[in-house]
Amino acid sequence: MKRFGTLAAALAVSVSAAAWASAAQAQVSVKLGVLNDMSGLYADISGPGSVVAAQMAVEDFKAAEKGIKAEIVSADHQNKPDNGSAIARKWYDQDGVDVILDVTTSSVALAVSEVTREKNKIFMPSGGGTSDLTGEKCTPNNVHWTYDTWALANGTGTAMTKKGGDSWFFLTADYAFGAALERDTTNAVNKAGGKVLGAVKHPLSASDFSSFLLQAQGSKAKVIALANAGSDTINSIKQASEFGITQGGQNLAGLLIFSSDVKALGLKAAQGLVLTEAFYWDQNDATREFSKRFAAKFGGRMPTSAQAGVYSSIIHYLKAVEATKSKDTAAVMAKMKETPIDDPLFGRGSVRADGRAIHPMYLFEVKRPEESKGEWDLYKTVATIPTEEAFRPLAEGNCPLVKKS
Amino acid sequence: MITIFGVPSAALFGQLLLGLINGSFYAILSLGLAVIFGLLNIINFTHGALYMMGAFVAWMLLNYLGIGYWWALLLAPLAVGFVGMLIERNYIAPLSFTNQRQSFVLIGASALGFLLLFYGLRIGPTAAFAGAAAIGVAAASVYAWKRPSQTSTVHVDHLYGLLLTFGLALIIQGLFRNEYGVSGLPYSIPSQLSGGQQIRIFDAPIMFMPNYRGWVIVASLVVCMATWFIIEKTKLGAYLRAATENPTLVGAFGVNVPLMITLTYGFGVALAAFAGVLAAPIYSVNPNMGADLIIVVFAVVVIGGMGSILGSIITGFALGLVEGLTKVFYPEASSTVIFVIMVLVLLVKPAGLFGRAS
Repeated sequence: MKRFGTLAAALAVSVSAAAWASAAQAQVSVKLGVLNDMSGLYADISGPGSVVAAQMAVEDFKAAEKGIKAEIVSADHQNKPDNGSAIARKWYDQDGVDVILDVTTSSVALAVSEVTREKNKIFMPSGGGTSDLTGEKCTPNNVHWTYDTWALANGTGTAMTKKGGDSWFFLTADYAFGAALERDTTNAVNKAGGKVLGAVKHPLSASDFSSFLLQAQGSKAKVIALANAGSDTINSIKQASEFGITQGGQNLAGLLIFSSDVKALGLKAAQGLVLTEAFYWDQNDATREFSKRFAAKFGGRMPTSAQAGVYSSIIHYLKAVEATKSKDTAAVMAKMKETPIDDPLFGRGSVRADGRAIHPMYLFEVKRPEESKGEWDLYKTVATIPTEEAFRPLAEGNCPLVKKS
Repeated sequence: MITIFGVPSAALFGQLLLGLINGSFYAILSLGLAVIFGLLNIINFTHGALYMMGAFVAWMLLNYLGIGYWWALLLAPLAVGFVGMLIERNYIAPLSFTNQRQSFVLIGASALGFLLLFYGLRIGPTAAFAGAAAIGVAAASVYAWKRPSQTSTVHVDHLYGLLLTFGLALIIQGLFRNEYGVSGLPYSIPSQLSGGQQIRIFDAPIMFMPNYRGWVIVASLVVCMATWFIIEKTKLGAYLRAATENPTLVGAFGVNVPLMITLTYGFGVALAAFAGVLAAPIYSVNPNMGADLIIVVFAVVVIGGMGSILGSIITGFALGLVEGLTKVFYPEASSTVIFVIMVLVLLVKPAGLFGRAS
């Protein structure tokens, strides 16, 4: 908690200042908490950039003019579930936070989800990816934005199996997210007619992957799937090319890759990777317009899909608050599930009964260095996965909120 | 093919080799720590941050000045070693001074510098902070010029040095994180060492060994052995060891003890930077790379025996092997196995495997 980024603190101050100015006509005041990894391996995926996105959402929604006083606070959960749930408790109990957003690292997201249910507030994860949040561990208080492990597995897993990669080996980060991603991808691969030969679990934030890669190489699987994220994925890909794994005919499948990861790898190492994302800055005029404004505020860095998700989820939440003129959890949740999503960044969709926000997903391929026209020109679109097919069917999630018909 | 506990023996040899490569990083880093602890009695927590800085200096040399890997291997340790000497002179040494005027000059000049740069010239926070630190250090160095430092006769507790260097490490990491983010920066393997060899034993292919990893083992072995030789077998090394035993007496023989201590600290952190440059092409160059490694390296030093030069080298390589084996048989435990060994060793031999009980 003490490690508030200076940026975050400055933003919180400026937001509250802006809100104060219009306090006279404010009827509803809401407090939005951006909780994520501000300094560790996932800090570039969401981190301080998510706070910038949250700030932009409040400004773009013109919350103050619509009679909503929105304040943003932020904190670093350091990827520790105990830390995350302690912050969530304090925010809900003492600081009057109404919504917690982002929460990278699935294990922390699951912990925060439980606290949110207990305190009857609202949780809108964007950076956290386990599909359990809208599956067996779903709560009436969650709206899961951007992506989940099922969507990633469905996009990349199915596409690669159909392209001929019919045997798989997993490099799995040893925590909730890795396990969920491996499980969901295994299902997708089996369904598409492939088979899984084995898996090795590595500790979170390991730096040397050569040993695990060698085991994957020894399995003779056609596809080596990286069920990890952030700098773990970056290091795996970098070292796979060093050990001649891709040159040996095996393909790498990065199951969760953000544009910031590709930027860090460089196109030379990342070219040809196929990946699934919900958002890329250079998709259409609306995403480009948003991303350029974001970059201007964030040292020239383009937003990742997790950061864009924070923006869109806040807009959706504020719309519901505006419509219901209250911040009552049940009323706002009902309104959010009832209102269709028509978002400049994520397209059309809706929020389902299990809390899953659905929208199109995209299959991208990383460009070759000679195809790239600029520093951030990273992806070309391979396919669009329509809203109805992009996420796990409602009936298959085993979410207790969904009534069996 | 022969299998050992279900793992083909050929694959096992490959994994042992990989363990040895990781062990070389542990060895160089723990060697630097052991030199600094053995000769200066400082538990140097900035070591990880300076290792990271070594990798970053290599990246900066390439991207800002176009200087390639081989020069970086020489220049980055020199640059980081120089930073280390400034740290020793201006932050660590004053811990044992009888009066703290130099520290007041340092703090005052840094604070004024920050106010000037950040609010006066409107430079970004990271650059302003780094600039302020440089101004503070410069002012303190001017102040300390020709003023012989008064070393306190009271022995200072290790804890102060530990806390100080830990704080410095957090600051250095934070500065780099603010400026470059955590995803890391690409740094490619030098063209002379790209590619690799297929290693075979009796015609059975064992593994594909990248040339660069082979170079890492050779380079670290040479550096470790050279360091051990200098400290244990040369006259300079004898002075150093004598100065730690009894600085006053050695000083009376006309040896400039404070200078020697500063140079030793600089050498220790230069080793860290050297490891950083070695690591740059294979691990991503990112601000957290040192923090992830330093805890393990401390465990290595403790297992080897605090301050034992040869102990840290041997334990470094040996624990790399143990970790490599764990990654094959039970990968989930690979990040804990070193600490389990540390606990066991401390229970049986509290001074470490190669340490002398005092």
